[in-house]
Amino acid sequence: MENARSQTPVLTAHEAGLIGCTSCGKVHRTGTDRCARCGATLHAPDGKSLQKVWAWLVAGLVVYVPANVYPMLRTTTLGQTTDNTIVGGALDLARHGDYGVALVVFIASIVIPIGKFAAIAYLALAVSRKVRMGPHARHITFVIVEFIGRWSMIDVFVVAILASLVTLDFAATIRPGIAAISFALSVAFTMISALSFDPRLIWDTKYR
Amino acid sequence: MSAVSHPESQFEDLEGLLACPSCDMLLNDRNVAANEIAACPRCHTVIEAPRPLAMTRIIMLSFAALILLFAALFFPFLELQAAGMMRHTTLLDTIAAFSGGLTAPLTLLMGALIVFLPLVRFVSLVYVLAPMAFGWAPLKHAIPVFRLVEALRPWAMIEIFMVGVAVALVKVAGLAHITIGPAFWAFVALVIVTVFKDNFMSRVTVWKTLEARRPS
Repeated sequence: MENARSQTPVLTAHEAGLIGCTSCGKVHRTGTDRCARCGATLHAPDGKSLQKVWAWLVAGLVVYVPANVYPMLRTTTLGQTTDNTIVGGALDLARHGDYGVALVVFIASIVIPIGKFAAIAYLALAVSRKVRMGPHARHITFVIVEFIGRWSMIDVFVVAILASLVTLDFAATIRPGIAAISFALSVAFTMISALSFDPRLIWDTKYR
Repeated sequence: MSAVSHPESQFEDLEGLLACPSCDMLLNDRNVAANEIAACPRCHTVIEAPRPLAMTRIIMLSFAALILLFAALFFPFLELQAAGMMRHTTLLDTIAAFSGGLTAPLTLLMGALIVFLPLVRFVSLVYVLAPMAFGWAPLKHAIPVFRLVEALRPWAMIEIFMVGVAVALVKVAGLAHITIGPAFWAFVALVIVTVFKDNFMSRVTVWKTLEARRPS
């Protein structure tokens, strides 16, 4: 790109009175329901998608609370049972000196989910003009959120692998706790929230 | 891709136009040659990046992935030794780890995320792209099937599971002696193959090819 901020007049399909397919890019006349090329449902870039974004985001936030309060791992060593929450598990790792792994767990299960809640909420507010954020910053935020969201699922996988490896016939037993299910739901809900976000709103200067 | 230069024109012919799937900017559509990358001038999203023989390669990689997935499922995955006791784990055991008690629904979720959805994607990709690679007309329902492939992409979490395995291994490493089984390597290969396959994919190119080959 010779100059990213060159002032080429930008005309969107919406402004031209047309409707573009968000899946394959084919341009249709307004009033068409389904894309003639890929069969995806066509919809104008209006604020309707934001309702879905907020709804899924709130759902994700609600189930994120029990995910942190209830135990994620239940370890039994020689008859003694200890419950570990997400934060407790990361702290335990750090105490054993595994700082690198503790950091991975901490980032994947605390920093990414909370950062994602904040980023999606901020994006949704920025698009509806409640807070100020330039289109390029919004675009980059969206790309990061979309890419990184799935990686929070690591923690659920770690619990599953640990539980299947360390079972009854050992001195120690690891069982998954109830927090695993709410954490998995929280990741899934925020992924749906990010997927419902219409990226065309990021660039739409006329939308309120 | 270039910006549409005459906004006043009435857009009699919509065939030569393309709206950026990410930011809706109206662009002049053109045939993108192999190894060329067509990006949106406004949001820099890559719209098309066709590779030579991409379709054939995706099919081959999908077949490889299918075989590796079966190997990963049924061979021993990890082996744990502690205090004279041994414990084998297969991938299926890992998926079943949540099956007791209240966490039972997670078993379904795990099975879907790391086995079922990737499997559906591999099979569907072969179904859609095999006729394209041979230059035939698309098979029945190829269009909804490819839409499914695209919709499932964020939900197939093979590579994330792999990082989870690495974290878990470090956690148990102090506790017991761990031997890595053949399924583990099959799974590593599966992750690499999947990443390559997704790199060859150019969604808009596939849609255009499907449209061009559609029997009228």
